[in-house]
Amino acid sequence: MSSEDVFILGINMTKFGKHADKDILDLASEATLAALKDGGVTMSDMDIIAAGNLLGPSGGIAQEIQKQCGQTGIPAYNVANACATGATALRVACMSVKAGESDFGLAVGVEQLSGHGLLTGGSRKPDGDSWERQGRHGAVGPLDGRIGTDTMPGVFAQIGMEYGHKYGGANFELFAQISEKNHGHSTLNPLAAYTKAMSLEQIMGDLMIAYPNTRPMCSANCDGAAAAVVVSGSKLKTLSQEQQRRAVRIAASVLTSDPYEEACQVLPNVNTLTRNAAKIAYEQAGVGPDDLDLVELHDCFATAELVHYDNLMLCEEGGAVDFFKSGAPFRDGRTPVNVSGGLQSKGHPVSATGIANIWEVCHHLRGEAGPRQIEGAKVGLAHVIGLGSACGIHVLESNAA
Amino acid sequence: MSDSIPFVDYLVIGEDPHLVANECSGCGARFFDRRNACAGCSGTAFTRARVATHGQVRTFSIVAFAAPGIEVPFVSAIVDCDGTSVRTNIVNIEPDPDHIKLGMPVKLTTFVVGEDAGGVPAVNFAFEPAA
Repeated sequence: MSSEDVFILGINMTKFGKHADKDILDLASEATLAALKDGGVTMSDMDIIAAGNLLGPSGGIAQEIQKQCGQTGIPAYNVANACATGATALRVACMSVKAGESDFGLAVGVEQLSGHGLLTGGSRKPDGDSWERQGRHGAVGPLDGRIGTDTMPGVFAQIGMEYGHKYGGANFELFAQISEKNHGHSTLNPLAAYTKAMSLEQIMGDLMIAYPNTRPMCSANCDGAAAAVVVSGSKLKTLSQEQQRRAVRIAASVLTSDPYEEACQVLPNVNTLTRNAAKIAYEQAGVGPDDLDLVELHDCFATAELVHYDNLMLCEEGGAVDFFKSGAPFRDGRTPVNVSGGLQSKGHPVSATGIANIWEVCHHLRGEAGPRQIEGAKVGLAHVIGLGSACGIHVLESNAA
Repeated sequence: MSDSIPFVDYLVIGEDPHLVANECSGCGARFFDRRNACAGCSGTAFTRARVATHGQVRTFSIVAFAAPGIEVPFVSAIVDCDGTSVRTNIVNIEPDPDHIKLGMPVKLTTFVVGEDAGGVPAVNFAFEPAA
């Protein structure tokens, strides 16, 4: 290991689901303390904390976590990057270690979403007494629903349908089959919000939210937290054999935003920035898509998973439908995708997601994933997209001999 | 009746309704919002460019849950108008996947969305199937 390398030393995710008896600090503290314990370190070892929470009470979540788990005076970074918030927190901690400013870093993401009703249109201001132009479109009323849609199920439905238009073969049934795969995978994940398999008929017959996404094809909005402790390669060498064996090397840590392209301000383009991040990540890690033993990608909707097979170059360009139909992304396939159940079944507590997907990959690389273990997993990739947009990709490698 | 007003700044109503974009003088990128500079080349000079009123449905969704006051289901789409992508609703069509097709030709239409307390109608745009 080189001294510039950064490793995951300890990592944890809480059970995802409804936690009516807990608040965000209970969840964040649970993940934080468990990640520290997992790494065999304490809050007093940390040199930096980066944390994110989008929908909770305003204020510095990083400092609030310190106030519960240990105020040691270290620099605290509060980050926000939509659904890529957790990955951004981890990236900040990695950069600090990489820059030589920190030996140990802590990254935390937490969210409480159950009951927020994010699948629907939410609330809307009433139209005024007299027309008044507002905002950068000079609109006299809200655009959502009157000039296209702002709802996430609708936006991501369009992203998937656009792929279908471009390459063919993607239809309602195919998108539902992707969801069937992820709900099937989640039956082996005790920390998933939903752990029941669903038949294709159940999925297609469920409540339509935004065609072609029915309810089980959308992210499960839920509560949860995830935390990771990172360490420099040189510091890791001074730790125990057991800590070194369980450490997972961060072979690539990448964050991109979307470069300007025609239409990207009309319908978010989640493709180019993911493809850009993937290229950088594979180059940094010195691996290719064929080397990946498992992938956790951002299936915020079934329609999104399809396009990311292509964007992460798990298949040939335009070949995502065939890739799926070949069985490749199933847990017994060539490139298992979302063996955790993914956002559709494991759940999507927004800010926690970008660390929870890394927890899943680490769990397999450490050989600790129990009944859902991908046997012999050595290299994995975790991907998130935050609309707006930000893409975080981490490539992880087992450190065991 | 009081004079109508367009629902958004980038809609021109009247005899020849159409959309206008802010087109970057440097690179030709088109935007529908008020601009500080161009996202493509950072240029700061813009001209007003007429957007084609006919196009093809590049992608769509049939949205079944929306904010209060929005009739559902409705068809949300991105229409390719001669190389300029437009976000819109598709109207005058059954909102089901048997009727709306990817690639189908559509054209701009306008309609009154409501009047304010002073009786001024606001006119919005959408696209409808082109014969």
